Amino acid sequence: MKPFEYDRLENSHDLSAVANGRYLGGGTNLIDLMKHQIETPDVLVDVTRAGMDTIEQRDGAVLVGSQVSNTDLAAHPLIRKHYSVLSTALLSGATQQLRNKATTGGNFLQRTRCQYFYDTKRACNKRQPGSGCDAMNGLNRFHAILGESENCIAVHPSDMAVAMAALDAVVLTRKPDGSERRIPAADLHRLPGDRPDLDHVLEQGELIVGVELPEKPPKLQAYRKVRDRSSYAFAVVSAAVALDVEDGQMRNVRIGLGGVAHKPWRASKAEAALEGKAPDTALFMQAMREEMADATGHGHNDFKITLAPRVVVSMLKQLTGLGEN
Amino acid sequence: MDHAPTTLIGDALNRVDGPAKVTGTAMYAGDYKIEGGISEGYIVEAPVGPGRITKLDVSAAENADGVIAVLTYRNAPAQKPYGTPEDEGRFTQSHAVLENDQVRHFGEPVALVVAETLEQARYAASLIEIEIEPGEGVYNPLEHRDQEEQPESVDGLSEVDTYEGDFDAEFAGSDFTVEASYFTGAQHSAAMEPHVTVAQWDGEKLTIHMAIQIIASAVSAFANTLGIDEENIRIISPFTGGGFGSKLGVHNEAILAALAAKHCGCAVRVAQTRRNVFANGPHRSRHLQELKLGAGKDGKLKAIRHYSLASMARNYPFAEAPASPTRASYSANAIHTIHRVVKADIPKVDSMRAPGEAIGTLTFETAIDELAEKCGIDPVEFRLINEPQADPTSGDDFASRRLVECIRTGAEKFGWSGRVKPGSRREGRKLIGHGMAVAIRPNTLSPASAEVSLTADGRLTARLDMTDIGTGSYTILTQIAAETLSIPADRITMELGDSSFPTTAGSGGSFGAASSGSALFDACNSLKSALGERLAQAGVTANAFTIKGEKIVAGDREIALADILDQDGLQAEGSVDPDNHGNGKAEYSYGVQFAEVEVDADTGELRVRRMVGVFDAGRILNRKTARSQLMGGMIFGIGGALLEESLVDDRYGSFMNRDFAEYHIAVNRDVPDLDVNMLDGYSKGSNPLGSKGIGELGICGAGPAIANAVYEATGVRVRKFPIHLEDVLDQLPAL
Ligand SMILES: Cc1cc2nc3c(=O)[nH]c(=O)nc-3n(C[C@H](O)[C@H](O)[C@H](O)COP(=O)(O)OP(=O)(O)OC[C@H]3O[C@@H](n4cnc5c(N)ncnc54)[C@H](O)[C@@H]3O)c2cc1C
Repeated sequence: MKPFEYDRLENSHDLSAVANGRYLGGGTNLIDLMKHQIETPDVLVDVTRAGMDTIEQRDGAVLVGSQVSNTDLAAHPLIRKHYSVLSTALLSGATQQLRNKATTGGNFLQRTRCQYFYDTKRACNKRQPGSGCDAMNGLNRFHAILGESENCIAVHPSDMAVAMAALDAVVLTRKPDGSERRIPAADLHRLPGDRPDLDHVLEQGELIVGVELPEKPPKLQAYRKVRDRSSYAFAVVSAAVALDVEDGQMRNVRIGLGGVAHKPWRASKAEAALEGKAPDTALFMQAMREEMADATGHGHNDFKITLAPRVVVSMLKQLTGLGEN
Repeated sequence: MDHAPTTLIGDALNRVDGPAKVTGTAMYAGDYKIEGGISEGYIVEAPVGPGRITKLDVSAAENADGVIAVLTYRNAPAQKPYGTPEDEGRFTQSHAVLENDQVRHFGEPVALVVAETLEQARYAASLIEIEIEPGEGVYNPLEHRDQEEQPESVDGLSEVDTYEGDFDAEFAGSDFTVEASYFTGAQHSAAMEPHVTVAQWDGEKLTIHMAIQIIASAVSAFANTLGIDEENIRIISPFTGGGFGSKLGVHNEAILAALAAKHCGCAVRVAQTRRNVFANGPHRSRHLQELKLGAGKDGKLKAIRHYSLASMARNYPFAEAPASPTRASYSANAIHTIHRVVKADIPKVDSMRAPGEAIGTLTFETAIDELAEKCGIDPVEFRLINEPQADPTSGDDFASRRLVECIRTGAEKFGWSGRVKPGSRREGRKLIGHGMAVAIRPNTLSPASAEVSLTADGRLTARLDMTDIGTGSYTILTQIAAETLSIPADRITMELGDSSFPTTAGSGGSFGAASSGSALFDACNSLKSALGERLAQAGVTANAFTIKGEKIVAGDREIALADILDQDGLQAEGSVDPDNHGNGKAEYSYGVQFAEVEVDADTGELRVRRMVGVFDAGRILNRKTARSQLMGGMIFGIGGALLEESLVDDRYGSFMNRDFAEYHIAVNRDVPDLDVNMLDGYSKGSNPLGSKGIGELGICGAGPAIANAVYEATGVRVRKFPIHLEDVLDQLPAL
């Protein structure tokens, strides 16, 4: 671990002093990566005591501070009642101890679990731009099938972020110059393109202050995480599905996919194919096949092209009453 | 009767070391403290191997804050060449590290940074510049089948290959046959405590605190590596945080700590990081196993051929024997078992819990299930039909074999109702399958010795270099002494894990309890006789007596111990010699495993719903610790069938999933209700206690019971382990 300076942010409004720092939330990801010499910041700015730790209702929307722990967010009555997909997604992640420490802001910005990213002896364009991608022809069972580039096939590992994307949540940020931004959760992360080292669109020193969950989320919600082990395992594929069924027609259909891309993947083609239609298993499958039209496997992960649609179809059947629990 | 001892062999006595462990006072190697502090070593691994070091620049590291020294092959103290003397076994021969500019495999240490703190050492390690000219490496035996060879020996068996009967004729004459290839992945023991050693020199004397399963052979390994006398080495290891085979021998951190302590002139601790363990600790090789089985219409096995191919780490003579269970499970007219290896440039391959049987039953019992199905015979019935009367390969009589009783009991407890059409049992979204398999594991006894001392205050102290790797050694040994000498358990102090104590075979191969237990039993019996003589001298003749407080109670007489003991008490020694036991009989522990699994019909996710195990392990020494061992074994079986695999990138010969987030061992939620049953008994002749090995038995058969259940749930016969959801995905019902 490279020696670093430790600073503590007392007040989330004055970020001028931390222009070169990295923010420290629960540290459950950043500290690990620093030990492995994958992240080597000079300054760590601890934001866990700078406020931003409440969940409030404002004009119908729910505002979640970036320092709210994953445990507290999952357990909050408002979240469980109106945004249950988020609660379920959070609870499917990591372990109790990790969720107690992990923050809402940090969860968004956790980095990929690609084994080549973690092993500093192997080539990884995300860790060391220009070094190559050893995952491409290597062990890639966990890797991306959508939106990947020749430079990187890593996936974003967060469960929470998939639910946030499906809920049309908005990430609220503040930059060191004091200006503020509202970024749709689905647009927070990037596709790798030729800059896989950049996971997201935030600028240096830009702080996640909180998240806004819009009012009137779809009523039918579910999160399902397909994994090898029943707990303490990252998703092979996960899905967050939210929709309403009004007068026999599907409305506000939102499908977020995890474990398939460099970012939480909104299945917008499938959503469009389902919007306004009556629930029907064949239609579900057809919509998801369309979504997967551009999907590519890299060997070990080919099965995800079959699996992802099955997960979503299974969930849609369950939510619309066509399937079994 | 009020003098009956409160603790007997077999009682579910709570762990006597439990309070120390849960209060953090049990001293594990890494916890050891020395006045003046311990310097910390951090291993720098080779990025690739094999190869030759062409650049190793440590100057920046040497100048970093807190750094005491950087050891490399250039300045490391002298060692004997790796692997010498060649005629010694792998545990005792030289385990030299930082020997020269040659790198044997990826992850091998090329430097050790010693600093005042671990953080300083770890950071300085990142400043070292290494370049390696890679050589041609052999990593995957399947890509080098031209280099296949017969190993000189295989683990745990006297013969590498066996050829009983005319296989070709019997196979050709079979009505039903199975012919299939199975693959099992590499695995790591992944004990909770990573390998750790603290070394300290005092002139010629080397004191080692380390996590180890067998102390005596570790002493020899240090002596052979460092070229020093065994008398100058003391190893202390009262508690080891799990081993599962990975701590049978010494590994790189141990030698590095000794070298660094010598070089730096101070005590040095080297703790492998979790990532280190996957390259600097041993692993179970991946295996290809080819099985050919044939049976008649009546379901009687005619022909069995089991061929296994593994990697052997170059210059480290260990080959696992997956065909071991095949030699002894069922009778057949012809049984051929063959073990081959390809020497590979990979980290050490060595024993992992139930070497041979864990992956041997996984494949063999799956093949048996396939054959039973082809014969149209229920798998339970099939096994009963093929029950042998004597050991099928050696022809020896069985010491004790209650497998049929295990199978019948298990079938009843599980509610086995026969096979259903695969894929036909469904509850909502879940496809349900049942499966079963037989467990078998050779039972062995190793030489061991012990000493006991009784003092006038009514306290008994026992000493032996036996280890406790979490299994409960302290507890069962306490029970053996308590029952034999009729002394309350809380008056007994069990001192283990010190090379200055009488030698045992330590913990491994499921022989630990029987071997050290028998030696202690002998020592206690000697002490008992000596006490009887002292009593007689004092005019008391008694067949039985009890030690109660500071008195000895014989019939209606009570005598102060002080009156009959010498000033320093009374001592006795004991031992066990395997040559005096066994009587040429075939020795195995047995069991049966039944499993119910559920497979998500939509996603293919595989989970175990319940398991029933019934085991014949002779006399049970402690019902509680025995149950824990068996249960732990069954959980390992879940891992072997569905979860555990060390993934190798064959371009580099390197393991890629080197932490607990990525190397999946079963978590609580993967472990359902496990119904663990033991047929309590007495295995006459096996050893003076009548017990049989239990530590590895629970894994055997657990994996294949699950795999067979997956087949019944889905109709897919997966022959590659661990089984993943994608292996059944394409065959799942349409949505
Ligand atoms: C073994 C293990 C298993 C796990 N399993 C799962 C899983 O199954 N599913 C899952 O979703 N996650 C899983 N996780 C990941 C876990 O959810 C994340 O580590 C956690 O959410 C990160 O939050 P944190 O507060 O600890 O972030 P930190 O580690 O503190 O920070 C992470 C990143 O976010 C940045 N950051 C933190 N806060 C802010 C802020 N307010 N503004 C701007 N930048 C910020 C940091 O600079 C850093 O780059 C697992 C983690 C581990 C270690």
